[in-house]
Order: sequence, then structure tokens, then C-alpha cells
Amino acid sequence: MKELLEILNDLHPDVDYETEEHLVDNMILDSMDIVSLISEISETFDVTITAKDIVPDNFNSAKALFALIQRLEDED
Amino acid sequence: MLFTSYAFLGFLLVLIPAYYLIPKRWQWPLLLAASYLFYAAAGIKFLAYILVTTVTVYAAACLMEDNLLRQKAYVKARKEELSREEKKAYQDSQKRIRLRWLTACLLLNLGILAVVKYANFVISNINGVLSAFSGAGRLSFMTLALPMGISFYTFQAIGYLVDVYRGTVPAERNLLKFGLFISFFPQLVQGPISRFGDLSRTLCEPHTWDGRRVSFGLQRMLWGYFKKMVIADRVLAGVSTIVGSPETYGGAYALVGMLLYTLELYADFTGGIDITIGVSEALGVVVQENFHRPYFSKSLKEYWRRWHISMCNWFRDYIFYPVSTSKPMQKLSKFTRRRFGERAGKRVPVYLSTFTVWLATGVWHGASWNFIVWGLANWVVLMASEELEPLYGKFHGRFRVEGKLWYKIFQVGRTFLLVCCLNLFDCYSSLADTFSVFASIFTTGNWYVLWDGSLLGLGLSMLDYGILAVGTLAMLSVSLVQRSGGIRERIAKRPYAVRFMVWYGLFLVILLAGAYGVGYDASQFIYNQF
Amino acid sequence: MSETTKKGQALKIAVSAAVVLGSLFLLQKLLEPKYVDDVVEGAFVAEYYQEEKDFDVIFIGDCEVYENFSPAVLWQDYGINSYIRGSAEQYIWQSYYLLEDTLRYETPEVVVFNVQSLQFNESQREAYNRMSLEGMKWSSSKVKAIFASMKENENFLDYVFPILRYHSRWSELSGTDLQYMFQKKKVSFNGYYMRVDVRPAENIPEGKPLADYRFGENAWSYLEKIAALCEEKDIELILIKAPSLYPYWYPEWDEQVREFAEEKGLTYLNFLELGEETGIDYSTDTYDGGLHMNLSGAEKLSHYLGRLLREDVGLSDRRGEADLSAVWTEKLDAYEAEKLAQYEYYGMEIG
Repeated sequence: MKELLEILNDLHPDVDYETEEHLVDNMILDSMDIVSLISEISETFDVTITAKDIVPDNFNSAKALFALIQRLEDED
Repeated sequence: MLFTSYAFLGFLLVLIPAYYLIPKRWQWPLLLAASYLFYAAAGIKFLAYILVTTVTVYAAACLMEDNLLRQKAYVKARKEELSREEKKAYQDSQKRIRLRWLTACLLLNLGILAVVKYANFVISNINGVLSAFSGAGRLSFMTLALPMGISFYTFQAIGYLVDVYRGTVPAERNLLKFGLFISFFPQLVQGPISRFGDLSRTLCEPHTWDGRRVSFGLQRMLWGYFKKMVIADRVLAGVSTIVGSPETYGGAYALVGMLLYTLELYADFTGGIDITIGVSEALGVVVQENFHRPYFSKSLKEYWRRWHISMCNWFRDYIFYPVSTSKPMQKLSKFTRRRFGERAGKRVPVYLSTFTVWLATGVWHGASWNFIVWGLANWVVLMASEELEPLYGKFHGRFRVEGKLWYKIFQVGRTFLLVCCLNLFDCYSSLADTFSVFASIFTTGNWYVLWDGSLLGLGLSMLDYGILAVGTLAMLSVSLVQRSGGIRERIAKRPYAVRFMVWYGLFLVILLAGAYGVGYDASQFIYNQF
Repeated sequence: MSETTKKGQALKIAVSAAVVLGSLFLLQKLLEPKYVDDVVEGAFVAEYYQEEKDFDVIFIGDCEVYENFSPAVLWQDYGINSYIRGSAEQYIWQSYYLLEDTLRYETPEVVVFNVQSLQFNESQREAYNRMSLEGMKWSSSKVKAIFASMKENENFLDYVFPILRYHSRWSELSGTDLQYMFQKKKVSFNGYYMRVDVRPAENIPEGKPLADYRFGENAWSYLEKIAALCEEKDIELILIKAPSLYPYWYPEWDEQVREFAEEKGLTYLNFLELGEETGIDYSTDTYDGGLHMNLSGAEKLSHYLGRLLREDVGLSDRRGEADLSAVWTEKLDAYEAEKLAQYEYYGMEIG
């Protein structure tokens, strides 16, 4: 989780990821952010996030994103 | 059947009452029949195209889902016997089968679209190359008429197909209900490209008469007709004069043409979508919004989140994400990262995927180099502003202008002008014309035509300009009010007499100031002569 | 819902409907062209309905009838009660349906049709369709006339609700539109359009050679229909070609009409060849260089036709009928007054 927060903070230093629950709905993360996020994540965690995983529910909060990563790690 | 035809109004006049009078289980079949009737009115042979897409996509989706269900059942039944590796191998093999269905169906439907829409474009380019080398060997053009709305319904069908493949929506098992999803008449002509998950929620449900909802729908339509008939169709005369002869109308004329075209495009497209959503609303069907006050955007990036939203989302979900998260792209990203550092590694997937998206967007808009260059020009601007982001950040930090009203207005104006310039590609038929006209704005210096009365010779009279100005102000005011909630809800709270005057007044304005009918044609004809 | 709110609801709907229908009706009346001060030709077709419909002779056709024959002369000197159902560039199917329409009210003894319009096989301009059709009262004939006339960009609904056609006229409204919203003033003399001024005919261009001199099938079929209808109703049909020098009347065209007339046993008068008998003098009898007759020309033609109708066709002199005479006395007064006014307007000596 700490690594994930680092990646996120790199992207938008001014957002409080501990509390923000609507990263996509509030347009904090746009599609380009999401793509660079995915490439960072795959670099760091060695998981593949595919297009079908890119739904707002998975990206709206750091917690949800972390859950996605864990789920993907499990599947592998 | 154009939205702005008596036939369409007559069609609704029969359809809407019938829709609420028949038993509710017959409502969606009635919509299906009405949609095919609407489509057949554009040319009965076109029905074949939409039927092929409907049946093939329906079948492929069912097959993919059947396969997925079988796979799940198989795995469940053999939970104990299968090792993790065996399970995965089996799942992968089944996935490949599904992928084959997906690919075949995609190729077929994109192939149809490509042939009817792009064959002649390809042929003309081949001819160009051939004649450059030998001067001979001309291929003849195909004589295929473009079926109405084919770009829209094909994309809508593909979106559904991919969603089923991904397992995010269930396959529709009723062929007729699926047929209605593809052919729902209000969105056949110009979209929006609805997602199955959104549209299917209300499309086939039974709908009880709800006076408020029906009148809201009609009000929305009325507003759409105002934009289309009073503004877009009126400004058309001026735009076609200027765009029709780029040699004559350069410089200040081109600037005026650019602004008028942007006005026309906005009024025509958002007005048409207002009619689409309004008709659907009157039928109880919820169609997603396609515009979100686009000209209030403070950057091009924001503009593309607020203009033609359904199309942008389509390209995002079905091209941008798949391409950028694809294995080759991730590999390329890792490779670049190692060779050229983190900065480059981060950019490569974004640049390449957005390039693909804008290329596709350009091609989708029309079979011509102008649209392709238009798409890529958008890409260039978007990437440039992405690169300049840190610089902006510094500037904003230094001068503390962000959030101030005048600076917001500046940003909005800047974005608007940028969009206007990009739209030039859409106006002119050749790239050479587009570039020379754009250059002429800065070089001709014929600014005197703005006030010496020359603008009255473009097919628009003083009165037309007046109506356009008032109409534009009306649209702007409505947009400003809408920022803090729906305007119809606000009017609905007023006493009956006020509501009546507002909506009947709007109707009268369209009736009297609309640019329609023989009378309007005739006056255009006269203007063109003198 | 309680009784009172129900009543309130009904009242609300009734008042709204009344406001909508009333305002649309008034707007339509206001926006329709009045054809009173200029383009008066547009008002001719409607004026017929105000008449006591008991005519001996009905003219149908384009400007070559309504500018070339004066019913006033036919009455004054021959006791023939006639009316011209003419309109600008009246196409032959319009003439046919105007005849059909006329027969709903009366059966004249003679119908005079000017054959110039055979040259058009389809409607040429929407404006002319409007001027010929709008004035007709609603009947199956009018509906059929509209469908026979409409050009591709026209719509039947635009005839039913003229406001859809004239909606943009609000920018050019004048006092006339208000003044004549409901009451029109008479602009013709039994369908005759009077002009007293003179512009001699000179340098009339020869007709350009045509690829095909046969009249169009559609146009021709309506000539046959006109002949058949007259035969059925026992009406004597007289075909004429007015002495207009232009548009050019080709000998090949003339031949076809002549043959048709012979075959059907009809009278065909080509006034272009009857110059001596009528006494038309193109230096004094036309107001636009030979296209149309002025008053002097029209009166000469009327004398010729009047004599023919009395002597050859055998129409009787009705000047003895007291009621009819009274009507005509009034009409002749207006006719003379208009003459004087026009002589004054054009600065001419009273002829």
C-alpha cells in the first residue's frame, strides 16, 4: 500500500489519497493518468491490469486500487 | 426521415400516444417496429446492413457467453480434480475460442463499415499514387450509398460485443430486444453511442404515462429544434458561402466563417442530441448526455471530456485502454524505461495510445485526409499541453491567477478559439485549402470587410445576424443557468401562465424565425442572386 | 381529484387551446401575402367566389387571358356575362382543376382556354403555384390541383397551413397586411387586370429552335381532360392563342393544337394571325412591348370575341335582366373610375 501511495503522490501531490473516494468520478484521475498509473503499477507489483479492469469502481480510491492489485496478484 | 421534417413530427404524433395506450408489454416491440420503419424511410435496402450487424453481433455475444458459462460450470464441477495449472490452461483455451468469435465478428462488422465508408477514399488515394508513377491504371469508384447512421450503430454494437467478451454486461438473449438496442430510432441518425449497460436499463421496460416526464421530453425537443432550426440552419447559408469559395473569402472572412461554423456545429449537433434525448425521455427511455457545456472548457483536454462524450468514452474504453494496457505496449514501456529512463518510459504508452485514438477518431469522422489531420492536430495540441503542464504549474504558482474569474474567462476563450481553429479542417474539403485559408487570416489584412457591409453579402441579412446574436445569447444564458441545476425544473415551479408563455413562446419563435420551408429557400435563393 | 380542481383543469386546457389556436390563426392571417398593392395577380383566383355565379362564359388560363379580354366590354356591348379565372403562369393542370372547381358552382355555356400553357409539362416555379392554388376554396379539386402542381421541395401541409410557408414574412410586414387581414379589396374586373399605359413592341426575338416540338405528355393529357369535361357538361370549348408576341408561339405547336381542335370539332382562334380582323396595333395596344395587351388591345380583342360569341356561338343578350344589369352598372362604374385613375397616373389623355 505504501508503494502504491508513493506512485499516486507522484502523479498528483496535492490529493489526499487516504480520504479521497471519488478519484475518477471527481475527475482527479483522467484517462492518461490511469494509463501511466497502470504502467507504474505493473512495473512495481508485476501484475497486468487489462482494459476490462479499468472501471471507475477500481480506480476511485487508493483502497480500491490496492484491492484490485491484490486480486490480480492472487489470480496469477 | 429528418428530425426537421413534417414526416418525423407526424410519426411522433402517432407513436407517442400509441405507445402509452397499448398494453405495456407491447411497448418495446412497438418501438422496434417504429425504429425499423424510421430506418426503412431512409432507404429500404439499408435495412439489410443493420440487420446483418444485429444478427451477427447478437449471435457472437450469445456464443461467447455460452462458452463462458460452460467454462465456469466445467471448472466448478471439477474443482477438486483440476490443478491450478490445468485450470488455467483450460481457461486460456476457452478464452481463445471466445477471442476468435470476437475477432471474427469485429472484422465482419468493421469490414462492412470500412467498405461502405472508406472504399472510395482508399481507391482515390491508390489512383493518386498510380497516376503519380504511371499516369494510368485508374480504379473505378464504387457506387455504394452510406447507410444512415452506420458509424454510430456499428460502434454501439461493437461496444456491446466487447463488454460481453469482458464479462461486464450479460448477453441479451432476446434477438428482438437486441435489435431494438441497435436500431432505437432517436439515436440512429447521429448518436449518441449508447452503452448497453446504460440504455438497456430503460429501453425494454414497461413505461407508465408520466405527464411531467413526457412534457419534459417535449420541452427538451423544443429547445433542440430551436438550436437546429433557428440557429444552425440559418447560419448554414453564411458558412457555405465562405467555405464554398476559399479563394474569394480569405482573411477576415475566413475568421468569420470559422466562428460561424463553430456556432453551426454546436447548435446543430447539440440541438440534434437534445431532440434525441427529448424524444427518448418522452418515451420513458433514458439516453446518456452527450454534451456537458463544452465551450465552458478551460483546456482542450477538458473540452474532449465535455464534447461528444459518448464517442470519446467509446474511444477511451475500446481503443485507448486496450492499446495502452496491451502486452506489447507494456513491454515497450518497460524497454524504454530501462533504455531511456523513467520519464520516457512513462510517456511511450500514453503517446502511442493517444496517437492511435486520435488517428481512429479522425478516420471515424469521415473518409478524407482532412479529418485524419484534424484528429492528429488534436493529438499534437493535447500532448503539447501535457508536456507544458509543469511550465503552467510554475506560471500559476508565480502569478496566482488560477481560479480568478478573468483568468477563467481567458482560459475558456483560449480553448474556444483553439477548437474553432481545429474545426477548420472539418470545414474545407482539402488540406491545401485549410492551410492557406488559415494563413490568410493573418496575412490578408482585409479587416475592413467586418464593418463595411461586406458581411451582408454572404447570404445572411442584418436580420439574420440579429437573430443569430440573440439566439447565441439565449444558448449562452441557458448554459450559464444550467451550471446550477436544470432549467426545466426551474420553469416547472412557476405558475401555469408563466410556463405556458415560456414554452408556447419558444414554439412561436421556432415557427416564425426557423429557417425552414420553401419560403426560406426562396429568400436564400434571392440573396444568392444579388 | 375534487370537482372544482377538475373544472379548473378543464378550464385551463380550454383557455390554453383557445389562445394557441386563436393566435396561430391571427398570425397566419397576418403573414399571408395580401396581393393588394403589388403582385395583384395573386388575388384573382379567390375573387371569383364573391360573385353571383351565373356566367355565360368562363375564361381559364394564364396572363394571356386575364390581361387580354375585358368582360366589361363583353357585357356593355354584347350583353354577355363573363368571368376570367386566370392567374399568373397558370399551368394547364391548374386550369383544368379551376374549371372543375367552377363547375361545382355553375355550368357556363362557353369556356375559353388559352393554349400557351401547353408549353410546360410540369410546374416551373413555386411562386406561381402559390398564386394559382391558394385562392381556391377547399375542395377535392383543390387537393388534386395541389398534388398535380407541387414541385419537389414543396409540401402539401404548406398549403393547408400557409403560415408554414410564409412564416418568415414577419420581417417585411407593412400596414397593408394589417389593413387587409380579413377584408380584401377587389383588384380585378371580373378577373380582368387593367393596364392603360403603352409601350410599343419592337425587336421581338425569334424563337430559338427546339429539339422537340411535341408538347409534353402530361400537359397534353390535361388538354384532353379539359375537352372531355366540357363535352360531358355540354359546354362549348373555344381554344385561343392570345396575340402575345413573346413567349414565342412556334408554328409546330400551332399545328398540333389545330389538329386537335379539328379532330374534336372545336373552335381554335390564333389571334396572332387575326391581326387584321381584330385591328391590334402593336405600337399602341400593348403596355410591355408585345407580351400583354393594354386596355386598348384588350377591348379590341373583346369586341372580336363578343361578336363571335353572339353571332357564331349564339349567346343571347342578357342586358334586359334587371338584377344582372344592376350588378353590372356598379361594376362598370368601378371600371370607368379605374380607367380615369390610371390615365391620370400615367399622365395620359383620356382616350
